[in-house]
Parts: sequence; structure tokens; C-alpha cells
Amino acid sequence: MKTETIHTKTEATKQTERICGSEAIIKCLIAEGVDILYGYPGGAIMPVYDELYKYQDQIHHVLTRHEQGAAHAAQGYARISGRVGVAIATSGPGATNLVTGIADAQIDSTPLVCITGQVPSHLLGSDAFQETDIVGISTPVTKWNHQVTKASEIPEVIAKAFYIARSGRPGPVLIDITKDAQFGELDFSYEKCTGVRSYIPVPQTDPNTLQAAADLINDAKKPMIVWGQGVILGEAEAELKAVIEKSGVPAAWTIMGASAIPTSHPLNIGMVGMHGNYAPNVKTNDCDVLVAIGMRFDDRVTGDLNTYAKQAKVIHFEIDPAEVNKNVKADVAVLGNSKDSLAALLPLLNKNSHESWLKEFKDLYDIEFEKVIKNDIHPTKEGLTMGEVLKEINKQSKGNAAIVSDVGQHQMIACRYSEFNITKSNITSGGLGTMGFALPAAMGAKMAEPNREVVAIIGDGGYQMNIQELGTIFQQKIPVKIVVLNNEFLGMVRQWQQLFFDKRYASTEMTNPDFVTIAKGYYIDGQRVTKREELADAVKTMIDSKDSYFLEVCVEKEDNVFPMIPSGASVSDIRLS
Amino acid sequence: MNEEIKTFTFSIYTENNIGLLNRISAIFQRRHINIESLTTSQSEIEGVNRFVIVVDITETQAKKIIGQFQKQVEVIRAYYHRDDETIYQESCMFKIKSDLLFDEPQIQNIIKESNARIVTVNKEFFVLEKSGRRFEIEELRQELNKFGIMQFVRSGRIAVTKEEMKVTEMLSAFNNQ
Ligand SMILES: Cc1ncc(C[n+]2csc(CCOP(=O)(O)OP(=O)(O)O)c2C)c(N)n1
Repeated sequence: MKTETIHTKTEATKQTERICGSEAIIKCLIAEGVDILYGYPGGAIMPVYDELYKYQDQIHHVLTRHEQGAAHAAQGYARISGRVGVAIATSGPGATNLVTGIADAQIDSTPLVCITGQVPSHLLGSDAFQETDIVGISTPVTKWNHQVTKASEIPEVIAKAFYIARSGRPGPVLIDITKDAQFGELDFSYEKCTGVRSYIPVPQTDPNTLQAAADLINDAKKPMIVWGQGVILGEAEAELKAVIEKSGVPAAWTIMGASAIPTSHPLNIGMVGMHGNYAPNVKTNDCDVLVAIGMRFDDRVTGDLNTYAKQAKVIHFEIDPAEVNKNVKADVAVLGNSKDSLAALLPLLNKNSHESWLKEFKDLYDIEFEKVIKNDIHPTKEGLTMGEVLKEINKQSKGNAAIVSDVGQHQMIACRYSEFNITKSNITSGGLGTMGFALPAAMGAKMAEPNREVVAIIGDGGYQMNIQELGTIFQQKIPVKIVVLNNEFLGMVRQWQQLFFDKRYASTEMTNPDFVTIAKGYYIDGQRVTKREELADAVKTMIDSKDSYFLEVCVEKEDNVFPMIPSGASVSDIRLS
Repeated sequence: MNEEIKTFTFSIYTENNIGLLNRISAIFQRRHINIESLTTSQSEIEGVNRFVIVVDITETQAKKIIGQFQKQVEVIRAYYHRDDETIYQESCMFKIKSDLLFDEPQIQNIIKESNARIVTVNKEFFVLEKSGRRFEIEELRQELNKFGIMQFVRSGRIAVTKEEMKVTEMLSAFNNQ
């Protein structure tokens, strides 16, 4: 990039000093308030590591055991704190190992800045040792990316990277920096970026759309809200709560929106989507006004679009204009960030309550309780269920834990049964469904918010995808709690095989190692629970532990997660068994 | 649901950065949409590039794709237009054996009538250039094909729109913020 083509606005200039590119990178990170970053060294990024060594009293580098772990740890850090997560890796395999985490951050709108080393610029395109076109590879999964080949470009590009990652709809940014740019000298000064001329982070809100939205809500007889992560990313929890309470509109959430409003709130009617609650899914096709707030109508939320909420007027509060009318046509689209839009909506709403409508949700909940929930959380059969483990964790952590789940049955159970009092507490790979996410993400989350209880809920399959991060947890003494719900199967896939492939369990059964011994090999204390009588004490020991603790719970092997909307079916065809 | 497929011309104003072409073309590739033609050049604004891309899709798709373009950090503004909303041209070149100019007197007439222009002539070959609508170029190609064409090449579509695109205003609004 020629510097004259960067059209950015920057804040306050400082005095310049002559330093090398790699030191400039560290100074930029410190100036952006980065306290922790995750990464793995190698040839093309060594100059940066040399500076990290010199600056270790100001910025803490965490050596993960795999670059994928670094990316997910940075995601966990960002998801629990709202701050930008930073991951760093060498060229070639180091860079490509970050890609899964970057793709995950892209689809779940997580602010990340990833920095990769690159071969010296004179070797670019020569198939040099550990050269890979990471800018090309990461283009479809980054909000923005850029290759730096001159030391002098570093401050401006990094400033722009942080600005883009965190502004508007957040997302991952990758900066690839050649080794000669790291070695080269520059006159360093740092100015934060405050604008990019081609980029509108937050679209303007048209007051007419707000009035139209308020009119629809005020006139509705059977209104329903579905909120998503946009509420959390926009820090609009209080505004949403005020809107819900004033309008009396029952509100459901997508997986990514979980925890924005406490689980116990009387107007919180649960989760929508494939394994969501019965009432909000069924009522999606019965409501007269559907108010979508900071959610993107993912196919796992909507099921078959041709039979999704056709009877309802749809209001869509959204920061990203590309999401409006992408999957579901909005009758009223309110562009803007959720915090400002909801605050502006509030005075336009009539105070209301929808008692009989709310009662309909309650009735459906009772059906779901009888048919599903009761057996999940108060089982009478001998084998342990995932649901009762979650129930116990809720109890012992008093609903104040951040739950970091992996992908599979345990994830759905965790989202369904976790009780949340605090926002930003449901950290999971929603859009990409990345097995292996939870262990490193929990680690990052705990480091970002050391005062919070962080519990990872992982399946025996996904655990083994990034199990090496136990090494990081041990070395860094990260007091994260790890729960493996072991059903000796790739449970979610097995469930589909049972329901849709005549029980042909192709490659889903797992012969597992002794997980407790493995944890102990990393000097992490732990135990295995196989009986109901042992569960409460074991969870208590885990929660009470000042250090990291590993808990394996051997659960029923062939339990299924219900309710379920079979893929491609309508939300109202949700199955209870 | 069966919406009509039409030809749309996208005009995308962007920063002049390496890699943007990748982002733009990936938007089509992901959706399995074939690009009929793609041209990029300097625009009327100093330092701002303009892509002109032609695709055959439905208007609903076109709208969604505009959203995807505008979402790119380095895209300043994107528009789509139907054919009747733009003035558009393609240009092409023919390389033909010089002998034919003398052996086949018809060729001279064809050149004249088609408003093609002779760019260069030497002993072996001459080069013909023609700008116009696709059907005009196609007509000419078919005429000349009878005599033998050594090389033929046609550019992507370039287009200006009848409506004003307020990109300059947008950029000065940023500068005045
Ligand atoms: C990286 C990756 N590979 C494959 C899948 C497909 N997949 C989704 S759920 C699942 C099974 C997960 O099994 P486990 O971790 O044991 O959790 P369980 O479903 O048993 O709770 C698989 C293989 C995935 N989501 N991610």
C-alpha cells in the first residue's frame, strides 16, 4: 500500500523516534491497549518475538500449543470482554493454522487482529521456504486484510486494523508483515485511526423507520422479539431490557444472543432455532409482528425460509445493511447500532402487557417441560444426562459463570440449560460450528476476565481437537474449569445417523483415552464421575477450586437432543421426540 | 419465486488496493455466479478505481450483491443498472492477413460500413479496431470470419450511467467530517 492511498483519519500526533519495524509493531499494540496476545513463534516472525522479549513487562505473550489455539484464545478473550483479541503467528503453516479461528471470528463477528510474519519481500512469489499467500487465503474470511512490505507503513496499517476490527459490525483483520519490514527502520509515531473514507461502520438511522417500527409494535396483538449477538456487540443489553419491559413483548434469543438478558427474566422465552425451545419456534409462525434485533436469520434459526414467519410483519434492527432482506424480507428495517436504535425506540413505545399471549408461551413451555426438559434435568433413568450436569453447574456457580461450549450435543444442552445472570457469558462457536473451539477460547476468556468463573463444556470428540492447550493452561496457570461430557460418541453426528441414516453409526464411535490421567499429566487436578451420587460433590470441588480443574462426566451414550427442527423443515414442525 | 434473469451492470467505486479484485470476484464465486465481463480502470476521481462488471442474474440477487460489495471496507460505493440505464460499449481488435486487403476488395467495404478503424498495416498483417455494442462487433466478426481472422479479441463492457453517482460528494463529506 502506498501511504498516500490510505484515506484514514487519525488522532493526535506524537513525537517521532527512529526504531525498527518489529519494535514498532509492539509499540502499536501497546498503544491500542493490548495487554495479552496469543501466538507461536517461527522464522518469519522472530524479530517480533525478540521485541516481545524486551517488552514482556508491558505486554504478555501467551505461547499456545497450536496456532489454532492462539486464534480461538484471542476469540475467547474478545467475546467475554468486548475488546479486540490479538493472535500472532509465523508465515506458511503458522499462518494457515490460524485460518479456522479467523473464519470462525468472521462468521461470528468477533473483533480480532491477527499478525503473521511473511518471507522477505524480495522472495515473495518465489515459493520460498514457508511462503504462503495468506492474504489470498484469508481474503474470504476476513473483514479486511493487508500485506505490509515496508517498515514505514506499520503504524498506519495497524491503527487501521484495530479500527476496522472493532468498529461497526466487528470482525477479524489479518496483517501480513514481511521480514524485511520487521527489520527495516522507520520514524515511529502512533496515531489511532478514527475513520476510513470508503467505510461506513454504522449506517444512519432513519427516524421514519423507528416510528414505523414503534407503530407496528404498539398495534400488535401477538408480537415477539428475537434478539441476536448484535445486542451484545452493541452493548445494548439495558436498552433491550427497557424495550421488552415497557412493551411487554416476549423475547427469544439466538445462540449468539444468549445471556444478553438474564435467563430468569419473565419475558425471556428462550432460544430459537434447530434445538431451541418449543414455544418461541412454534410461535414464530403464529406471531403478528416479529422484531429481529441484531440477528441475521441464520438457516439454523429459520429452518425452511418459505414457511418462516410468513404471517408476521417483520421488523429488522440491523447494523449491517447487507443482512437486511438477505434471508427474510423486512417490512421495516431500522439500520444503525442496536444501542442507539433501541434507545430511540423506547420513548415511541406504548406501555403494554400481553398476558394472554405470554400465557400461550407458558403453555407450550409446559409441554416441552413434560416431554423433554424434565427428562433432561431430572432424569429417572440410571445413566447421567448432559442436562443434569449443566443444572448442577448453574447451581454451584449461581448462574454467574461464563459457559464456553464446544460443538455438538453438549453445546446445544449448554445453550438450552445454562442460566445466565451476566451478559457475554455464552461463548460458543455459533456460525462456523468449530469443534476444538472451547478449550482455547475458555483459556482466552479466563485471562481476559480473571475475576469471572469460566467453565468450558466440551464433548469427548471436540476436546481431542485442541487438547494440547492443556499445556498452555498448565504453563500459564489459567484457573479455567474444564468439563468433558463423555458419551464415547461424536454425539451430534450419531444423533443424525440414528434419526436420518437408519442408525448406521459410521465412524462416530470413539475409543477414548483416560482423560483424567492426561489432565494429571499436565498437572491439572481432576476426576471422573460415572454415578449420579458423585455429581454434586464433583461439581462443587471443581467450582471451589482455585486452580484449573478437569471434570469428566460419563453420560448416557445414546441420548438425543430435543426439541429438534430437522434441517430444511419448518420451525413449526419442531419435533419433541 | 421465478424472477426473471436480466443483464445487470455493476459500477463499483473503490480504493486502489491490491487484493480488492480478489474480494470482489470472490463475492461472485461464492454464489456460483458467472461474470460475463469485468473491467477495472481509473475513475473520474483521482485515486479512485472503478470496476464495471456485467452479470446475468435476478434483481433480488443484484440487490444482495450490492450489499456484499458495500460491506467491503475499501469499496466506496456500488451501484447496479439495467442496460437501458447505461450507455455501454465494448471494443475489439482483429488481426488479419494484409494480402486480403488487396485480394478481397469487399473487405474494404466491410471496414468502411462497420466504422472500424485500421490501427496499423504492415506487409504481413493489418489490425482493425472497432467499438460498439456486442451485436455490432459480432456482425463484423462473422463477416470477417469468411476471409480468415488471424487473431480476435474483445474487451469487457465499459459503461457510464445516465443517473448521477454521488461518489465525489461522499468523499468530500468524509474529508469535512
Ligand atoms: C472441526 C469440525 N469437524 C467436524 C464437525 C462436525 N460435527 C459436528 S458435531 C460433531 C460431533 C461432536 O462430538 P463431541 O465433541 O463428542 O460432542 P457431542 O456431540 O458428543 O456432545 C461433529 C463431528 C465440526 N462441527 N467441526
